[in-house]
Amino acid sequence: MEILQYQFMQHAVLAGILAGVGCSLIGVLIVSLKIPFLGVTMSHAGFAGAVLGIMLGVNPLICAFIFCCLASLFIGPITDRADLEPEVAVGIIFSVMLGLAFLFLAFLPGAKTEALSLMWGSILAVSRFDVWVIAVSALVVISFLILFFRQIKTILFNRQVAVSLGIPERSIYYAIIFLSGVVISANLTTIGGLLIFSLVVNPAAAAFQIAYNFKNMCILASIFGVSSCLFGLWFSYVFNVPAGAVIIISSSIIFSACLALSPKKKLRHTCCRNE
Amino acid sequence: MNLAQNNPIIELEDVTVTYPHHTALESISLAVREKEFVGIAGPNGAGKTTLLCAINGLSHILCGTVCVFGKNLFPHIAAIRRDIGYVPQIIACDPRIPLRVREVVSMGRYARISFLKRFSAEDRNIVEDAAEVVGIRRLMDRPIGHLSGGEQRKVAIARALTQEPRILLLDEPVSHLDLNAQAAILALIEKVHAEKNLTTIMVSHQLDLLPESCNRLVLLKEGRIVFTGATQEGLKEGILSRLYGCPVKIIRNGGGCAIRVGTHF
Repeated sequence: MEILQYQFMQHAVLAGILAGVGCSLIGVLIVSLKIPFLGVTMSHAGFAGAVLGIMLGVNPLICAFIFCCLASLFIGPITDRADLEPEVAVGIIFSVMLGLAFLFLAFLPGAKTEALSLMWGSILAVSRFDVWVIAVSALVVISFLILFFRQIKTILFNRQVAVSLGIPERSIYYAIIFLSGVVISANLTTIGGLLIFSLVVNPAAAAFQIAYNFKNMCILASIFGVSSCLFGLWFSYVFNVPAGAVIIISSSIIFSACLALSPKKKLRHTCCRNE
Repeated sequence: MNLAQNNPIIELEDVTVTYPHHTALESISLAVREKEFVGIAGPNGAGKTTLLCAINGLSHILCGTVCVFGKNLFPHIAAIRRDIGYVPQIIACDPRIPLRVREVVSMGRYARISFLKRFSAEDRNIVEDAAEVVGIRRLMDRPIGHLSGGEQRKVAIARALTQEPRILLLDEPVSHLDLNAQAAILALIEKVHAEKNLTTIMVSHQLDLLPESCNRLVLLKEGRIVFTGATQEGLKEGILSRLYGCPVKIIRNGGGCAIRVGTHF
């Protein structure tokens, strides 16, 4: 393990662990709320913002964060007030953000290398500052989950029941959407706009196949996320292949294994059987 | 419509509830006294669920006032909801959802536990007691998605009981259940109403299945109350025939009755 003596690898390992935890935990929330496509929307919002940042000479991370915040400000209220299914609202915002991203790319002068590198990320080029940003985003998600664990479980069970119990379900629902933007924008430059969705959804979806307990689902998802990242780093070091791609493929393999071994697979087409 | 005397626990005065394309309730005035058991019935789309949801603020009230426990609903909504146990009609439940029955039943306590407070031994005892009363102790460690419809209803009632409510709202608690399950749920509702001294309001399509404790009936049609009074006074062929717009025959048998609809009796 002499590779770990190099600072870039230490940063990459730390970033992998923290990204694995943060992305997986937010993934647990959006998968359980049945809005997994939110991850794609937020990653494209972050990508559009980052490209605009490059265009304006501003830190891409800040612009990515602002665009993710803007997207989250629209998704929740559109879902509730326009009486749309959440995935429809998410899809509309996704198409807007995708259009903006390509528009900004078209206006970007010169070679678009820096912008295009945001698509697949560069975990091996992550700086100490990036590690801190990812750490803070992971800590925020963990704190949110711990503080609002009971309320989140109730909302995941049924939003109307949550309201009837006096739980501020709308605020918490909007906070989950906002936090997904925070986590994704924080991890955009390391994992990449095209790949971050997979790190958000795959570990959570894999854990969903196995766990009958919400706390266990969070723990399992984190383990799957961290394992994917560390395996991806090791594999890219040994075989000299892009780390991001291997991270995603390994998270997909974990999901496939969980799906194949899932004790829940026979229940997939059953809902509330009667006596 | 006159409001009842003697400080009703629930008062609706001239309440109108609308949805984007229609009016669900129009100028409803209703008073419910403490410990009453009120049955609400009417044709599809009459506004039964909406009326129930107006009491706990889940309906969008366009005008009128709703007072619960002597307080106007909306400034005190959070505090009022803590004391109202609500059992919705059907909760579509993904069989794979990572929650167990104990967790779902415990959700009723969340209304009582303040934000950073931990679940105490007393809270756990209340949850277990509610499960005992409802008869689902053996199911507590099962995934909630693995339960049958009747079992899910019992869990919903247990959840409402853990709130230690003063009012219990039940929306068609026996719909889509077989006869055995219907009888079990209705017996349970009567038991908890009596043992816990609750004010119970129950929406039911099946008038012949209203519990014996149900001493008051409210009939709704097209968003308006067309009858309110003693249950036996409401279960009359003329009233029900006009309500449902078709011939209704009531066959009385001992303490109960059977209701037949149609022209061939």
